[in-house]
Amino acid sequence: MLEFINVSYETLDGKEIIKGISLQIDDRFVAITGPNGGGKSTMAKLIAGIYMPTSGRILLDGEDITNLSITERAHRGISFAFQQPVRFKGITVKELISIASGKNISVSEACQYLSEVGLCAKDYINREVDGSLSGGELKRIEIAMINARGTKLSIFDEPEAGIDLWSFNNLIQVFRSMYERTKGSIVIISHQERILDIADKIIVVSGGEIAAYGAKNQILPELLGAQAGCRFTKEACK
Amino acid sequence: MMDAIQKTLLEQVAGLHEVPQGAYSLRINGSLHGKNDSENISIVKKEDKPGIDIYIKPGTKNESMHIPVLLSQSGLKEVVYNDFHVGADCDVTIVAGCGIHNSGSGESEHSGIHTFYVAEGARIKYVEKHYGQGDGNGKNVMNPTTVVVMAKDSYMEMETAQIKGVDSTKRDTRATLADGATLIVREKIMTHGEQFAETNFTVDLNGENCATHVISRSVAKDKSRQSFLSHVNGNNKCSGHTECDAIIMDDAQVIALPQIEANHVDASLIHEAAIGKIAGEQLIKLMTLGLTEKEAEEHIVNGFLK
Repeated sequence: MLEFINVSYETLDGKEIIKGISLQIDDRFVAITGPNGGGKSTMAKLIAGIYMPTSGRILLDGEDITNLSITERAHRGISFAFQQPVRFKGITVKELISIASGKNISVSEACQYLSEVGLCAKDYINREVDGSLSGGELKRIEIAMINARGTKLSIFDEPEAGIDLWSFNNLIQVFRSMYERTKGSIVIISHQERILDIADKIIVVSGGEIAAYGAKNQILPELLGAQAGCRFTKEACK
Repeated sequence: MMDAIQKTLLEQVAGLHEVPQGAYSLRINGSLHGKNDSENISIVKKEDKPGIDIYIKPGTKNESMHIPVLLSQSGLKEVVYNDFHVGADCDVTIVAGCGIHNSGSGESEHSGIHTFYVAEGARIKYVEKHYGQGDGNGKNVMNPTTVVVMAKDSYMEMETAQIKGVDSTKRDTRATLADGATLIVREKIMTHGEQFAETNFTVDLNGENCATHVISRSVAKDKSRQSFLSHVNGNNKCSGHTECDAIIMDDAQVIALPQIEANHVDASLIHEAAIGKIAGEQLIKLMTLGLTEKEAEEHIVNGFLK
């Protein structure tokens, strides 16, 4: 279980991005949504240890991890898939997945992780994770790395960004099977209704605060209702 | 017989545990330790100066030869001239390399001057590794010069690596290409401590439809200094590309000057240079996978120089 206790985060120039958030995440599949600039990615980075809170505490299964480094949190079982995957000159897909899984994996293991995200291992295992890969390919490799880690908490920051429509259907399937296959919890930051629809609970983050948090059946209709009420949509329908 | 230190050096520069099979020339502490000819490759000791002439018969295919140089005697300085005469339509691999173990206080220096005459239609892969070690105060210095004369439709790949222990190096490479010839150069350098490495490449693209890629990847750590200069001269309808990509760390200094000169209207030339520290997001990504910052840095550097 992940817990935020009155967590705030300010940038160096004093801008308050997260404003005293307190919440508990104890469901297996939680989606975080909300307007751009509302603090969603910052929350994810606070969990992974990439940002340190200005005040407040973060607990993982009762342990205070507030002051733990990124590496220590990774060892505690937190994985984080970046919104913009990082490129590495000279490091291959197989090497990255090996680092992620903590051991030198075989070609067949690499094949399994890559085929789950819709990539043919034969074409990719020896490719360098550099500028020769497209944004969509990098996103899938990023997800394959999280799969290979198999940790108790996996955070995905907008996994759908940069993925084409055809791949998007597979992406939903990837999360469904991850949910069924693993015992870990999944936290996904997303704007996509179809991703929100497979979550157990939805957190709406806006203006650095929790605007809503509840079961999908409760939150999703409100969100979709709010969209239907958009002035632009109404005017366009006239 | 080689001693343990010399065997270590040989493994580092040539990946060999013993004297190799096939054609080879092994030079240890300033003199020819041993050599072997094959049916197609003959090695002849020069009479007028230190070094050897290597003659590869036209049409020789899929053969490789090794010419490692080992220096384990502190303070030894030598200049060696090796000339390679690669016959027409050959397809061969030549592995050279120099390993110095300096446990004394004198400066050890090896300057190898390698000249390649690559005949028409020949293909050659030339691999050169430099490595230094030692527990003394003496410096390990290597100043290689490579001259390449490429005939029509010949092809040469040159891979050079200097990863550890060389205190000072000045590498000069000069090549002239005839019609349809192609030269690919891949250089990898890592410097640390107070080491200094300078590399100069001059490629004259004289023939029609000849081409070159000169690619350098380097990592400069601690207080080391590096300088990369390349001059690609397009003197005919040709294509040339020169690229320097460097990671700078600590208090190091890197200079990159990839220069292109077009002397013909159909010369197509490109140059690129990038110097920068390891991107913070690369370190963070690997740390989220469980590596420490230092382990992440090692993975990034090793991958970059692989």
